Amino acid sequence: MNELKKRIKYNKFLSSIFLIIGLLSTLVGLFLLTVLFVDLFIDGYPRLTYKFLTSFPSRIPEKAGILSAWVGSFLILFVTALAAIPIGVAAGIYLEEYGRKNWITNIIEINIANLAGVPSIVYGLLALGLFVYFFKFGESILTGGLTLALLILPMVIMATRESIRAIPNSIREASYALGATKWQTVQWHIFPYSLGGILTGIIIGLSRAIGETAPIITVGALTFIAFLPSPPITSDFPFLSFKWLFDPFTAMPIQMFNWVSRPQKEFQVNAAAAGIILMIMTLIMNGLAIYIRYRFRKKIKW
Amino acid sequence: MLKKVLFFVIAMVSLTSLLITNAYTAEKIVKIDGSSTVYPITEAVAEEFQKAKKGAVKVTVGISGTGGGFKKFCRGETDISNASRPISKKEIEACKEGKIEYIELPIAYDGLAVVVNPKNTWVTSLTVADLKKMWEPASTGVIKKWNQVRPEWPDAPLKLFGPGADSGTFDYFTEAIVGKAKSSRGDYTASEDDNVLVQGVSQDKYALGYFGLAYYEENKDKLKVVPIDSGKGPVLPSEKTVMDGTYTPLSRPLLIYVNKDAATKKPEVKEFVEFFIKNAPTLTKEARYIPLPKTAYQLAQERFAKLKTGTMFGGEEKVGLKIEDLLKIEQKSR
Repeated sequence: MNELKKRIKYNKFLSSIFLIIGLLSTLVGLFLLTVLFVDLFIDGYPRLTYKFLTSFPSRIPEKAGILSAWVGSFLILFVTALAAIPIGVAAGIYLEEYGRKNWITNIIEINIANLAGVPSIVYGLLALGLFVYFFKFGESILTGGLTLALLILPMVIMATRESIRAIPNSIREASYALGATKWQTVQWHIFPYSLGGILTGIIIGLSRAIGETAPIITVGALTFIAFLPSPPITSDFPFLSFKWLFDPFTAMPIQMFNWVSRPQKEFQVNAAAAGIILMIMTLIMNGLAIYIRYRFRKKIKW
Repeated sequence: MLKKVLFFVIAMVSLTSLLITNAYTAEKIVKIDGSSTVYPITEAVAEEFQKAKKGAVKVTVGISGTGGGFKKFCRGETDISNASRPISKKEIEACKEGKIEYIELPIAYDGLAVVVNPKNTWVTSLTVADLKKMWEPASTGVIKKWNQVRPEWPDAPLKLFGPGADSGTFDYFTEAIVGKAKSSRGDYTASEDDNVLVQGVSQDKYALGYFGLAYYEENKDKLKVVPIDSGKGPVLPSEKTVMDGTYTPLSRPLLIYVNKDAATKKPEVKEFVEFFIKNAPTLTKEARYIPLPKTAYQLAQERFAKLKTGTMFGGEEKVGLKIEDLLKIEQKSR
């Protein structure tokens, strides 16, 4: 009896040790992030004004702002989302619901898993050859957006597949039992049920894309741009303009990189302030992802 | 459902057609790319030019580096290329192939500062030979201590900091010191970001590094600049010594290359270049570089007005030559 008590005590002790290790590991990550953010905030706080968001870059640090940078980042993400979401989701649904398990699907699967690990600069080089020189899109917002779309495509596909896989087979069987076709099953059951997971994956992919520098430098993002892309809505027929897709661009990380490498200390402050904004943008996107997941989980009742 | 699909297809088709019709409308835009060293000057000029034109002309400036800039320039993708060294033989060939004629204009001087840690008491000046001994390829793994450069210096590790091999600063320094561009020892701490070099040198008593003068001037409290002796006694880098050519061989001209076709056919490019030369004396100073003497700007203006193409340097780096002499020699030879 005493022996058993000892055993239990020992095992409980081990369990609490793991609790402490686990807690510490979590805190390390959280602590580092906090330190980073606080440091950035202290450095950049004096420049965090409304004017900073609405001014163009300038040689005078106090007058310089990030208007062209955040507008550029936003438009690129827009193109990225438009391109990556339909293709990625369709590919994910095909692989999970339609594709037969044969060697071709196997090869595709292995390739997608590998693509997710390819360094981003490689996508930049690919895009330079494909979009800039072959399709002649030039060094434009379109090129930048499509490049980042390539980058997050594997992530979107994987997220789609994961969340489809989480749907119990009984749902599919019930649908077929009522005489639904495959497409009807996907349209009315599989897709809506997996939407929460898919959206989360997309947003996490996009928030990775917003911080990418290497691929968009390779495809020719510029540093000094003191004007905005052409407006998408015009006063004359046909009222919609797509010229902005072909306009040159800059993006948040590029503007930061340029400021960090300047000799004047005031530019370092600007870089920190831009860093805060970029971080807030990412946090908002991640928060949105969590909220969407929560909403959709609540709606589903199996 | 079919209706939805049909609607979607129609929408896509009309969008694409719109896209194509909208794509290539003419616009007044001056495209510049090239050296990140020259960038602060061009940025300042672009900012002022756009202000003066009230937004009627758009200017874009990139930082692909001198080499990367020339690649685009020689394919005709940019109107102006920033360069922190003269165009090389290979790039002259590339431009010939791309049928691009260019006008070469010097716009400022840049000094390279050789710096050590403020705690370093033993170095009072360096000769070109000293620097060569430290940086030449043959020193890789051999010259590791200060006393190997000069016996009276301490028996302590020599820690070197310098720009990476993609930088025009690296090209120029190796040319001026070792005698051949891009030929340097490889075992030193390299960074494309000069602020990293500043940090490195300021934190290590036994460090030595080189980078643009502007980075020294902004960090005077953390660094000690070393006078360079090229045979006529040690000279400290300053606006005066760089401009009058006594700080040699580590001062270099910064240049822009203008596409001749763009300069003749696009009035906004011509205006921009004229604006550039006119405002260069004040704006280069603001960008922490050293302006050329007045006569040099006049000669550059004339050179541009006459649309004189080709390079003054013959595809090589010319170390220690004064820019106004070059411009004058050229003028007389015609």
